Order: sequence, then structure tokens, then C-alpha cells
Amino acid sequence: MKLAYYPGCSLKGTSFEYEVSLLKILEAMNIEIKEIPDWNCCGASAAHSINHNLSVALPARNLAIAEKDGYESVLAPCAACSNRLKNAAYELKNDDILKKKITDSLEMPYDSEMSINNMLEFLIGTVGKDKIKSMVKKPLSGLKVASYYGCLLVRPPKVMQFDDPENPVTMDELVALTGAEPVDYSFKTECCGAINSLSKPDVVMALTGNVLYDIKKHGADLVVVACPLCHSNLDVRQREIERKYDEKLGLPVLFITELLGLSFGIDPKDLAIDGHMVAADRVLKKIEGLANQR
Amino acid sequence: MSRIGVFVCWCGSNIAGTVDVEKVREEAAKIPGVVSALDYKYMCSDPGQNSLRNIIKEKNLTGIVLAACSPHMHENTFRKAAAKEGLNPYFVEIANIREQVSWVHEDKERATAKAVDLMKMMVEKVKRDRPIEDVRVPLNKKALVIGGGIAGIQAALDIANGGVEVILVEKEPSIGGRMIQLDETFPTLDCSSCIMTPKMVEANQHPNIKLYTYSEVEDISGYIGNFKVKIKKKARSVVEKDCTGCGECWNACPMHKNVKSEFNVNLSERTAIYVPFPQAVPLVPVLDRSVCLHFKKGGKCQKCYDACGPKCINFDLQDEIIEETVGAIVASTGYDLMDTSMYGEYGYGKYKDVISGLQFERLLSASGPTEGVIKRPSDGKTPQTIVFVQCVGSRDPEKGVPYCSKVCCMYTAKHAKLFAHKVHGSQSYVFYIDIRSTSKGYEEFVRGTMEQDGAIYLRGRVSKIYEDEGKLIVKGADTLSGNQVEIAADMVVLATGVIPKKGSDKLAQMLGISYDKYGFFTESHPKLRPAESSTAGIFLAGMAQGPRDIPESVVSGSAAASKILGLFSKNEYEVEGTIANVNEATCVACFYCQRVCAYNAISKKEIKDRSGKLIKVVANVNPGLCTGCGACVNACFSKSIDVKGFMDDQIYAEIKALAV
Ligand SMILES: Cc1cc2nc3c(=O)[nH]c(=O)nc-3n(C[C@H](O)[C@H](O)[C@H](O)COP(=O)(O)OP(=O)(O)OC[C@H]3O[C@@H](n4cnc5c(N)ncnc54)[C@H](O)[C@@H]3O)c2cc1C
Ligand code: SF4
Ligand code: SF4
Ligand code: SF4
Repeated sequence: MKLAYYPGCSLKGTSFEYEVSLLKILEAMNIEIKEIPDWNCCGASAAHSINHNLSVALPARNLAIAEKDGYESVLAPCAACSNRLKNAAYELKNDDILKKKITDSLEMPYDSEMSINNMLEFLIGTVGKDKIKSMVKKPLSGLKVASYYGCLLVRPPKVMQFDDPENPVTMDELVALTGAEPVDYSFKTECCGAINSLSKPDVVMALTGNVLYDIKKHGADLVVVACPLCHSNLDVRQREIERKYDEKLGLPVLFITELLGLSFGIDPKDLAIDGHMVAADRVLKKIEGLANQR
Repeated sequence: MSRIGVFVCWCGSNIAGTVDVEKVREEAAKIPGVVSALDYKYMCSDPGQNSLRNIIKEKNLTGIVLAACSPHMHENTFRKAAAKEGLNPYFVEIANIREQVSWVHEDKERATAKAVDLMKMMVEKVKRDRPIEDVRVPLNKKALVIGGGIAGIQAALDIANGGVEVILVEKEPSIGGRMIQLDETFPTLDCSSCIMTPKMVEANQHPNIKLYTYSEVEDISGYIGNFKVKIKKKARSVVEKDCTGCGECWNACPMHKNVKSEFNVNLSERTAIYVPFPQAVPLVPVLDRSVCLHFKKGGKCQKCYDACGPKCINFDLQDEIIEETVGAIVASTGYDLMDTSMYGEYGYGKYKDVISGLQFERLLSASGPTEGVIKRPSDGKTPQTIVFVQCVGSRDPEKGVPYCSKVCCMYTAKHAKLFAHKVHGSQSYVFYIDIRSTSKGYEEFVRGTMEQDGAIYLRGRVSKIYEDEGKLIVKGADTLSGNQVEIAADMVVLATGVIPKKGSDKLAQMLGISYDKYGFFTESHPKLRPAESSTAGIFLAGMAQGPRDIPESVVSGSAAASKILGLFSKNEYEVEGTIANVNEATCVACFYCQRVCAYNAISKKEIKDRSGKLIKVVANVNPGLCTGCGACVNACFSKSIDVKGFMDDQIYAEIKALAV
């Protein structure tokens, strides 16, 4: 299958660790993906609050290029990107008038049934559980991992068509494949405050704080995410949250790709784990210790 | 030679305001065959009808056209008036110049022209009318009631008290329906079983009622007056007439774990041989073969048999099919509650102390699993704080259903009230969208819950419920203060939406009655025929028609009963004669008509000669079932079917009248 890869801006910038670790585990599994040539912004947050047509046209252009190049499926690791791409595909499929308007302005046809996958769908669906399981060289048993989904992966359910919107489990299943223990807690899909991080940091600290303290209470060693925005709120804001609420958290936040990479036995440095704000040293030591016990 | 009278009605200014009625009358008078033309302010009034009758007599009319309101309004009125003067009522035709002209047009000139056209069409039709006799169907004066909840029981009792035999079929081991699961009932707080049990017993003992419990209707055919019914009486494994209901058997049954009690909505266990509740009617147990060790383990266990004094347990009993013929049917199959698994955010099924309203009824009930003491399912402790969430699934087109379930505002107020009465110092919170409490005494009841019993009502929806340190944290919006609220509760009760009983759509198909997209049975007319289904002889009652409370269910049960008693007060049922008619000489037996008839009115008829030799097979219309819809007429290739009163030549004449 020809797999297109839409990185979006985050994976090339603030969340470079996500891309590095993704490419690393794909290399290990011998899976080839091709970056969509000349891709543009997916329109997240800005476009859809300003101009509806633009919010469809931007992602649609990326899809149209992928379609032209004959891809059958697109991977968009960033949750906001996959959300925008799926939204555009949904609207184009259900609104012929809009479709005509958009394809006219893009001067490109778009008629595709291409499947658009977020990171978790891609790992579970395209790669498959068996393949991942066979790759695990260094089981993480003994490690307690909380999966945080945020809102964009599952909502709106009608469009995303992914997992149970109120109680998603796909990431927990992936965690279980690594041998680690998935931690059940109450705020898996609670809002982290998202883009308010810049305009209303107080709101973000309250919301993200709720999530992190609940995870802590349920005894997790670390958090995994599949969204750059979630990651930056949970990771970058963590020190401030600890200061504001005067209670230590110390929860490393990894991308799901990094956790898989660790279980595959890939060197943490090659996964760019040292790129995060909350140091993962303790967790990495714990993993080594667990491995040595065996 | 036709002698037609045309009567143009003004309907006050309703018609005359937009249509030049005098002009219509003048045009009528010019048509050959019209011997009298008249306009009058209100044709349906007594003087209007009298002038109609006088002119029929005076002018010896052979047909009448009324240019007036819709035939739905007064066709019958004028037909009756004509019949009194000895004219066949089907020689009365209506040109609808109100709904189809004056009410929908503004330009008087063009409206008048259209009214003239419609009138001319009917004149041409009435010239070609032939007398039609109404059809009489004999009636088997026995009724079938399907579903023994309060609505069905009420219907059965009223019919039986009217001196008519009733067969009451109930799917469950006992009659009583949902009402017998309830504790006290709004708005008067009388105890449900205290008012229900006597009715159940009366139904069981009534000489005119034959009760089949643990039974289902398997097949129905026929039509009003003559329905053939097959009832499957499921094998109870207990010989009913010998059983004393002593209970030795269920006390001896070793299966007292693992099987959840349906009656207690999974809050307790029951044995394999069981009565659903102590006041069950009939008080005869049912042996549930899907869990009984005798059946699962090859005959090893027979403890109940050994314990039973009269030895009435019989493991070999088989399902029985009973056939009955009845003249009328009541469908009163009631309701279920929505499965709230799509509300993952509320944690129903995940958190033991998030329960449904019906489960709360069982916790309140003295005959329930906690003997009426409110205890949490998780640890048996009495909750001090309960959050009630209304409209769970109702009024939610996204995830649930768009309609209002109607009873939950009231039963939630009841629950909060009874909680305050039973647990002193407790606190309840109610999340609601609107409070719907419109019947007699209802608003006062809800006010009382707020003001005397101290329930705190919060207008808004709940977004999430999660567990934290032994408490259920309920997050929601209080839209009146504009704040987000979080309440730490010991228990949460969800008012889950009402849906039709599972399988009611299948039953409706078997009965040939219509139902809406949710599965509720639809009335023949939502306002004027609320007790009748779309099929003659089949009546509706209770929640099977849509959400309603006990008083309304009782009223609808009685309404269905009175319709049946009215029907049975005559020996024959009269059907309008405008039904399909087969020309047996030209029918080629293709039976396309049979395939399109939605009412199963067409059957095959064999025509034999005197020696009994088959000559041909033709279509035959059952007058009890045919509604005169005309579908078969269009399907017939050989033009062998017509609907009386709507014959081809009549319709062509109407069209031709337009062309002139
Ligand atoms: C939690 C709760 C509390 C309530 N409290 C009150 C209250 O306080 N006051 C009030 O006025 N109302 C109350 N109600 C409403 C009340 O329960 C209903 O109005 C009433 O029970 C409707 O009666 P019914 O006979 O139409 O339906 P049901 O009670 O559902 O009876 C239908 C019967 O038909 C049987 N049946 C179904 N299908 C078949 C079949 N195919 N063949 C044979 N039998 C069949 C069923 O087994 C059942 O016995 C409450 C409802 C709920 C959910
Ligand atoms: S022991 Fe026999 S008589 Fe008593 S309830 Fe059971 S079946 Fe009926
Ligand atoms: S009765 Fe009240 S609680 Fe029930 S659906 Fe209607 S508005 Fe909601
Ligand atoms: S007129 Fe309608 S109901 Fe009557 S036989 Fe024809 S199709 Fe059936």
C-alpha cells in the first residue's frame, strides 16, 4: 500500500521528537511512508474560526495532491491535522456545492475515498497489533502508563469515526502491547485547554492541572499522548502548574511513538526523548532496572 | 336523464370572501342536467341541510354536488341528509372549494374560475355515479388484549365488565407490567402495588377473562370481526392448576446466585425456578430452562421436584399453541428504557452507584432488594447526597431520541421527595432542561419537592461523571447562574429515556398496524381517533403509543375498551362500500394486485363449474380488510379492478370536464 505522510507544522518544529521517533520506529519495522510534496498548513485553529471555505480548502489541497500521486491512505500524526483533514474530506463528501467551489478554487480535482488516519488508527489498523508485538524486544512490564487522548482524536464522533468518544482505548491497547500496564483514570478525553495556552495560560493550567493530578493520583509513571498540542500543554506547562498548585507532579510526557521505540529497544537518544521539558531520566532508569531484573 | 342539484356554500366569509359564490352558482345552472343551483351561507347548518332535503324532494334529484369544504369535514353529514330522502348516499359528491381554493388563493377572479372547474368536474362525475351498498361484516364478540400492564389490564377489565369475553396475553410470567415495579406513584404517592395488585387479581379471577401469561402471540390473520390468533404458551414446566404457590420449589433451588432478577433490574439474584415477585399473578413459578441445572446438566438436579408437595413440576412440558378467534384486538405492549451505554461520560455500567430511575424505584420499594431502605449497590451504605440527572437520552437528537419521555420530570421529583423522606438530613440535586409537569396536581408536586423537601434544582446538563476517592463527581452546567458546577455525590440516578417495548415493531407488522420511526404504534388520527390503529378492529392503549403516565395509560385502556364495546353493541360491522371490486371475467390471475395491497385484502378464489371442476382462479377482495386505497387498480394490467365510486369512466369524465 502506498502511504502518504502529512507532517504538518508541529512535527517539523516544536514537536520534532514526534517525527524523529515516528520515522525511527517505521524504519525499524521496515515501513515506508512518503511525505506529501509541497504540503501546506492544515488550517488548524486559525482558519476554521475565520473562514469556512478556507478551512476546507487548505486541508483539501493536501488531500488532492496525495490523491493525484495515487496514495491510498494518509497518515497525519498530529491530532489537529488529522482532525482538519478528516473534517474536510467529510464536508466534501457530503456537500457537492462546496466541493465544486473548493476544487474550482484549488484548480485540482478531488474525488478520493483515501483513508485518513491519525497516529493511533495508523498503528493499530495499518501496521497492526501482531507486527508491533513482534517488534517488542524490551518489554516495559512494571511500568504504569496513562494514555491521554484529548479532544481532537475522537470529536466530533460522527466525523472522526474513531474509537469510543467517551472512553477511548486504542492507545491503552498499544501501551499494553509494549508490556507496560495501562492506567485507567477519569480524564482521558478532558480538554487540556489547547490553543488557549498562549492567550489564557491560567485556563490551561487549571485544565491541564486537573488532568495531570488525576493521572498522578492513579499511580502512573508517565503519560503518553498522540497530539503535539496536548504534549506541549502537559509537558511545557508542568513546572508552572506544580508551582501554582504547590504540588509536585514529575510526570514525563512521551509520544506514543517514543514509548513503542523504547519497547523496540531503540536508544532513547535516537528517539529524541531528551528533547522534552520534564526529564524522563527516572523513567528510563526504571526501564533499565526492570530489564536487568529479568 | 340526470337531475342534478348543485349547492354552493359560502362558509361565512371563509369561501365567499375569496370565491364569487354567485358566479359559481350561475355557471352551475348552465350545465346540462343541472336542474337546481343554489348558494347559501352555511350548508352544514340545519336550515342548509333542510333546504337540501327539500330540493331533493321537490326536484326529484338523482345526484347532488356540494361546492363546499373538504369531504373530510362534512361528506358524511350531507350523505346522511340525502339518505333520509331516499337517495343512495354515494350520489353525493363534494367539490372542495375551501381547503383547495379559498384558503390557498388570494386572487378572487382566478380562485372563482378554479372553483367553477372543480364544481363542473364533480357534476360530470355525479352523472356517472352508481348506487353503492355498504358492506356488513359479522362480528365474533370476543376481544384479545396483548400486554398485561396497567393499560392492558384496564382495557381487559372494562371489556369484561361490559359482558364480553377477553383473552389477555402477557409475555412475562406475571401480569402487572412496569407499574408493579414502581414504589409510590406521583402525584399522590399512593403505593403502586397497593393499587395495582387488586386489579391484577381481579383480572385473574374475572369470569370473562382468560389469562395467558408467559405467552406470546405467534400469528394473526383475518380482519375486523374475525381475527384468527395463534398464541404460544411457553412451557412453564409447572402444571398451573395444581400449583399452590407455596414456594417450596424456589427455596429448594440451588441456583440462587448468578442469575440477575429482571424484576429488580439486576439489583438482586433469582433462582432458576422463580416467581418474579411475591405478589405475582398468577402465583405460579416459571422454570427458566436456560439456567436450570436439570436442563444444563442432563437431568442431574430435580430438587424442586422433590420439594414440591403436589408434584406439579414437570420437566417434560412442551410449548403449547392455542388458537382463538376474536373480533377486536387491543395492543398495549408498553415500554422499555433506553440503554445508556452511549453515555459513556455518565459511567452507567462502569460505576455501580450510577443507576437508572427504575432501579431507584426498586431500592425504594419495600418488596425490593433492600426492603425499601435506600442503599448503594456498591457497598450497601445509605447515600447522603444523590444527584438526579433528567433527560438522559430523551430530547437529545444527537445521541438519543428527540422526543420528551414525559414521565421522568415527575418521577425524578418523586424520587427526590422520597429520598428526603427516607433519609433525614440528606441532600439531592436535580439537573434538568425544563420541568414538564402539566397534569393536575403535578406542578404543585414538583414545587413541594423543591420547597419543602429541599431538593436543589440546577438547570443544565451534566457533562461528566467520574469516581474520585469513593465519591461520584458530577460535573455540569448551571445555566441560570452561568457557572460550572461540580457535585460530589454518593449515588447518581439517571432518568433514562422511554422507548417502545423491544419487538413491538415486529408485533405491529404481524398486526398490520403502522408505527413511527421509533416503534411506537401510530393512531388512526392523532387527535380525533387516538384509540384506533390504522387497521379496523385493532385498538391501542398505554405507553406502546408513546410516553405517558399511569392516569393516561388507564384512560387509554378504557378508551380502547369502550370502542370495542361500542363495536360489539351491533351484530355486524359496517364498512364503507367504496372498496375494490374485481371483474372476474377479465381477471387473468397474475396477482400483481395481491403484491401491492398493503392490507392483505386480496386472496385467490377458485371458480368451479357445477361438477366441481376448476374453471379459473381469480383475485378476490376481502371487504373486511380493503380500505379502498386503490393501489391494486394501478397494478392490474388487465384493468380488472376498480374501486367503487372511483371507476375509470367517472375519473375520465372529471378530467374531460376540465378540458371543456
Ligand atoms: C422509573 C419510573 C417511574 C415511574 N413512576 C410513575 C409514577 O409515579 N406515576 C405514574 O403515573 N407513572 C409513572 N411511571 C410511568 C408508568 O410506568 C407507565 O405510565 C405505565 O407503566 C404504562 O403502562 P403500560 O401498560 O402502557 O405499559 P407497561 O407497564 O410497560 O406494560 C406492558 C406490558 O405488556 C407486556 N408485553 C410487551 N410486549 C408484549 C408482547 N409482545 N406480548 C405480550 N405481552 C407483551 C409487558 O411484559 C408488560 O407487562 C414511571 C415510569 C418509570 C420508568
Ligand atoms: S413447590 Fe410446587 S406447589 Fe409450591 S410453588 Fe413450587 S411448583 Fe407450586
Ligand atoms: S419528562 Fe422531563 S426529564 Fe423526561 S424527557 Fe421530558 S423534559 Fe426530560
Ligand atoms: S383498494 Fe387498496 S386495500 Fe383494497 S384491495 Fe386494493 S390495494 Fe388492497
